[in-house]
Formats: sequence, structure tokens, C-alpha cells
Amino acid sequence: MNAAQQVVLGLSALQALLDRLKGRGYRVLGPTVRDQAILYDDICAISDLPVGWTDVQDGGHYRLTRRDDAAIFGYAVGPHSWKKFLHQPAIRLWSAKHEHEQIRVTGETEAKAPLAFIGVRACELQAIAIQDKVLLGGTYVDAPYRTQREGVFVVAVNCSVAGGTCFCASMHTGPKANAGFDLALTELLDSDDHRFLVETGTELGHELLMEVPHRAATQAEIDAAQAIIARTAASMGRKMQADDVRDLLMRNLQHPRWDHVAERCLTCGNCTMVCPTCFCTTVEESSDLTGTETSLWRRWDSCFTMDFSYIHGGSVRSSAHSRYRQWMTHKLATWVDQFGSSGCVGCGRCITWCPVGIDITEEVQAIRESEPQ
Amino acid sequence: MFMAQSPETLGVGVAADVMLPRIARVRGLRLDGPETWTLDVEDEGNAGSFVPGQFNMMTAFGVGEVPISFSGDPSNADCVTHTVRAVGHVSAALTRLEPGDVLGLRGPFGTGWPMAEMAGRDVVIIAGGLGLAPLRPVLYHLLAQRDRYGNVALLYGTRSPEDVLYHQELRSWGGRSDLEVDMTVDHATTTWHGHVGVVTTLVPHATFDPINAIALVCGPEIMMRFAIGALRDAGVADEAIYLSMERNMKCAVGFCGHCQFGPLFVCRDGPVFRYDRVRTLLGVKEL
Amino acid sequence: MTDTTTADLARIIKEHPFFAGLDERFCDLISDCATTEQFEANAYLFHEGEQANHFYLLRHGRVALEIKSPGHGSIVIQTLRAGEILGVSWLVPPYRLAVDAKAIELTRTITVNAACLQGKCDEDHDFGYEMMQRFMPILVQRLHATRLQLLDVYGAKS
Repeated sequence: MNAAQQVVLGLSALQALLDRLKGRGYRVLGPTVRDQAILYDDICAISDLPVGWTDVQDGGHYRLTRRDDAAIFGYAVGPHSWKKFLHQPAIRLWSAKHEHEQIRVTGETEAKAPLAFIGVRACELQAIAIQDKVLLGGTYVDAPYRTQREGVFVVAVNCSVAGGTCFCASMHTGPKANAGFDLALTELLDSDDHRFLVETGTELGHELLMEVPHRAATQAEIDAAQAIIARTAASMGRKMQADDVRDLLMRNLQHPRWDHVAERCLTCGNCTMVCPTCFCTTVEESSDLTGTETSLWRRWDSCFTMDFSYIHGGSVRSSAHSRYRQWMTHKLATWVDQFGSSGCVGCGRCITWCPVGIDITEEVQAIRESEPQ
Repeated sequence: MFMAQSPETLGVGVAADVMLPRIARVRGLRLDGPETWTLDVEDEGNAGSFVPGQFNMMTAFGVGEVPISFSGDPSNADCVTHTVRAVGHVSAALTRLEPGDVLGLRGPFGTGWPMAEMAGRDVVIIAGGLGLAPLRPVLYHLLAQRDRYGNVALLYGTRSPEDVLYHQELRSWGGRSDLEVDMTVDHATTTWHGHVGVVTTLVPHATFDPINAIALVCGPEIMMRFAIGALRDAGVADEAIYLSMERNMKCAVGFCGHCQFGPLFVCRDGPVFRYDRVRTLLGVKEL
Repeated sequence: MTDTTTADLARIIKEHPFFAGLDERFCDLISDCATTEQFEANAYLFHEGEQANHFYLLRHGRVALEIKSPGHGSIVIQTLRAGEILGVSWLVPPYRLAVDAKAIELTRTITVNAACLQGKCDEDHDFGYEMMQRFMPILVQRLHATRLQLLDVYGAKS
């Protein structure tokens, strides 16, 4: 990218961007500090963002600590992912009214404000692309996902800090945002100047950019941004040797390592809740007391529950061994057969949020190293 | 890596929302086995448009939804037929419906039995217990154009004589000279005078050319594995054997993730599978 | 007992699936120990507890293996038909029959005297080995089938 194509925004310009999005009717969502974590929620101002915060992450460990500067995006990722908004945790699919021997079923048609995501990381862009493939790219289309997904405005951020459990570099999903955004920012923070190098991804992104104060980037700024990204790529907390994982796991479905992990796994399902690509759901009928109005709700589910694989008589996967194996082999192996790519984006959330710190990069390595010949 | 795509450029998809049930009305019910009822349902405009082996998702409003295979005649343009055994809340609610009652339908979903592959070949149908229901549409189809097929044999095993489905029909089929019907039970009663023993023992006695035959198997998974073993012992190739798998289903369109069997979604890649495709998967415990 | 010529018997033995491909001279050995029999419907071939003096090759008809159960009369645990063999207790001491065997319909058998056949096996080990090679697969198949029957794969009645 040469200097002519990239621009720089200052802090007030970034605020102006948020304002323009709001002015255009977007629901603006971004990271914010709450409940001792960085979560995604509605935001209005830069002050809503995690200014001056960073995170310390490891297996089963997450803490926020203060930075010694005022960086806005100086942390990795928290327990939330954008699937919270695109593939919502709980929605009503339809409602049915029982009247005079008739039943009328109505789908959900409520129009909602388009969404704007601020601060989307490269791994998250990949996760969104993966869920697009799963929920929109097959014979059937998931209508609620399509409704949410349409018209989302994405402001991506290139990571300046690699998290303790991050491994996007070895998964080839980051840290640089390459596609799927309207605008991509790299935060440049010196003692005297706080600004953002902006790469444009779409016509709409360019349009918004032109509406806020901006100037051309200098070569020095472009180089600085590249250096930041390179430094992030070199300081990943974890690593996954990714090229052969699918075949490795599929030929080791009976490996003793699964027993080893089953002894530790609580089958709590945290990993599935925080994973940005996990998409499993279940449905539940609900009805009023008289049974004249019933509805069907869809909510997130996890392959770790005993119910998940239940068929008359019992669960197909009742041992922790089989449920952990299902999750990990789906994520890293059978996902490839189903959707043409790995289901893992290397964000490390499953490692951080596992209460016992199970690490899929470690599990894959253990199987690789002890594979029976 | 993976390119993000806008919703507009991805799969055309289906215009109507696939999760919305359409309203259908019960025309009649028949008790066809222990706690097992066959429902004839008026499904306006949709009857006669399924492939044997496919299933509908049936909604008992206020209770829930379950996948049930079509069990009736595919040429019947009047109504759709499903045989339901009351094993849980939803299935029990469906069996308690009365003529005129309303239920919800979504479908047809899934892959069907390979009807086109059967022409000119001997057909061996092995059913266990309730597994006869998804195979009955095949028999209707074969018998309607009987001269297109070679020997047709139905081998049916149940737990006991009381568990036999479609008594009347089996009796009349047994009387046909162009259909071989052999039945057995695992546990006999004092009034049973037929075969006693597992359904696999019927295979060596059935009439078919193993080189030319095509076999369809449906029943409990253990029974299917052993029946397939008997077919292979008789010389039938893996590529000529088809089975119908069953897994927990919540959506039937490959989104809820519940029905996964290795890399396969039983609702979408199945429920009918050619044996060579699932052979290795069937050998993995708790997959 | 029916009157069968030795030549006829040798032919009948050779034609039975259990002896398919059996050497000519071995067929003759068996002929020396065998006769043909016929059982009317509902006649018993043998009863539980009796000495296992014979084993039977079913040529025609069907046989039910039954066990008497107080309160349930006789329970049929397995049925056998033409082409199959009946009787395994004669192979191992104490040579005691473990089931009742009843002809379900008119049944014709080749009935082989166990002691006679045992004697021939002792005299000619090649013949003995050939017999064992034919019995073992059937026993193994029956074991597998019985295990499957025990599993109650169709599930408990709800």
C-alpha cells in the first residue's frame, strides 16, 4: 500500500466516525469494560471503549490490567465474539395462535437497525466468514442470521498486542485483517500523538471515511503500522501446526490422549460458548397457560451436554471422552470436510475460558507426538 | 485463507423460512403396533412429492417437533403417511391426535433410498422393529412396477410377535408369489409358529444373486451392523448396501449440529447412506 | 424309520449342504453311521436331559428348540430349517441334551449315530478334523446370533 491510498484519523475523527454511523441509523457495537472483562456492547463515545486497558490471558486465566498508555485497542479478545449479535443466543423463530380449531403460524419479521461493529480483529473476521459459510453458504439459508448479517458495517482493528493464548499467526488467520471489513485501523500511539492508520475495504467504507476529518498517511506511519503487526505476529502466546491436523485427528479417533483429556474436562461447555465459530443450537416450545399461544424459541446449545446426542434410550456420546473428542475433531477436522476450511481461527478463547486450562494446541501436539506408527 | 462474503453472494437458499411449519390436518389414525400409530395427514399440495427414505419434521403444537420418516405410498397424492411410536413427549402427543386435529409439518428432508439404482436387480430389504416403517414406501413402489425388478425379498425381525408392524399387510404380502417375505422374532410367545432367532439368520435363506443384488437395511444400529455383516458374508458388495441412520435432530437442515455423525449431517447427507461411506464411522465407539 | 438303500443314503448325505464338497470316502464313512428318519408335525426328536445319541441333518421341514418354563409352557428359543444341523451336545461330555426339539411341520432328517461317528473320527483323524472343521463355523455362528438375540436390540417394550 503506498502513502496515497491510506489515510490517518485522529481521535476526534474516530469519534466523528462513530457519530456518522449512529447518524445513519446503525446500532454501534464495540468493546467496553464490564464485569472485569472486555465485552461487546452498545457504544457511543470513545470513552466507552477500553482506553488504557490490556488483558493477561493463559489457560484458565483472564485478568484485566491497566496499561501505562492510553491505547484504545491494546488488548486481545474477551469472552464475547460477534456471533452474539449475528447468531443470537436466544431468538423466537415463530409463534402460533390457536383459534377456533385453526392454528396460524407467524414468523419473525421485525425489522431491526443495521449493525456496526467497531474493533473487529482479524481472527474475528475469519470467524464471521466461517459462520457465513455455515449458515448462508449451503442449500438452506439460516434466515435469522441472514437478517442480522445484512448490511453490517465492519471497522476492523489490526492487533498491536498478541494475547497469551493467541495463535492466529500459525492458523494463517491474522494478525493482519485482510478481507471482510469496510475499514481497518491500526492504532499508532506515540507520546505526543494518538492516531489510526486506515485501510479502506469497501466503497461504503471509503464514503464514511470521506465524511470525517482525515489526512494522507506518511510512509513512516505505514512502516510503523507494518512493524506493529509484525511484532504482534512474532509474539503469539501459542502455536498450532495446522497443515495436517485434519488427517492427524481422523486417523487417531481411538488415541489414548482422549482419555487423558477426559480426565480433566468438566464438559462445562465454556469453550463452545466463547468460540466464535461454534454454531450449534436447540429449539424449545413455549406456551401460555391455556395453550392458545405457543412459540418456538431457538437458543445456543453445546455438544458437551448429555442431551445433545440423545436418541430414544440414551445418548450416543455419554462419556466425557466422546464429547470432548466430538468438539475438537469437529472444530479442527470434520469442519474441513463439511465447509472447506478449519473451524478454528486461533483466537485462544477456548484455552483462556476453560476452567481447567485445556489447550487444543497442546492436545493436537500430544497426539502428533505419540501417534502409534 | 477464507474470504468473507456478503449474504447476497452466498448460496441462493430457500425463499421461505425453512424453520416455519406449515399447517396440516389429521385425516385418520391406525394402531399398527404396540403404542405405534400410523397417521394419515392432509398436507395440501405436498403429498406424493417425497422419495422413500425421506422424513418430515412433525410439530405437536405446544409440545415440540420430531423427525418421522414417510411410511406410506409415494404415489398417493391425497395425503402423507407417518408411523409414530410413542417413546417421548412429542411422539406421544402426536399419537394422541384425533381426526380433524391440526399439526405442523416441515419437509421433506434428507436423502432417500436409491430407487433408480434398483431397476433390473434383486432387492433384499432387511427391516428390524420400527425400521420397517421407512422401508414400506419402497415396497409399495416396487410392487407397483413389479416387472422392473428381479427377486424381491423382505426379511423382517422384531423383538417378539407383539411387536410386528403392519400385520394385515404382511399377511397379504406373504401370500404373493412375486414377493419373498420371511419373518423372525428374538423372543417367541406360545402362539408364535414362525421363525425364532435374529434377523441375520434369515439372510442365508433369502433368494438373491449377491453379484447383482442391492440391499436396504433399517432398524436399531446394532441390528443394522450385524445384518450388513450377514450380507457381506453372502457376497454382497459394500457399494450395494444402503442403510438408514438415526440421530438427534432439532432443525433437519444442517444448522443445529445435533445430528452429526463424524463429518456427516444425518439430516442432510442422510438418513440414507451407502454403506461404504459410513463403514469406518460405524466402527468408532460413541461417534 | 424309512427304508433307504445304501446308495441312496450316500447320495442324500452328499447332497446335504453341511457335507458339501466332502470327499467320497468320507461320505461312505458317514453312511455307515446314518439312517434317514421322518417326524410328523409336533413330534419330538429329543427331550432335554436325555443322552445325546444322535445329531440330525435337516433335509426338509422345520424344528423348534424349546425350553420348558413353569408358567409359560414351552418357550421356543430358536428355530432351524432344511439345510441346517440339529444337535451339538453329542460333541462334548457329559453328552446330555439341553433343549427339547420338536418338529413344527413334517420333517425329514439324516440321523447320524453319535457313538459311531465318534469312533470313525478316532480311527481316522483326517476324517475327524474334516468333521470338526464343518461343525465349528456353525457353532460360532450360533454363538454370535445368540449373543445378538440376548442384546434385545429392539429395546424394552415401553
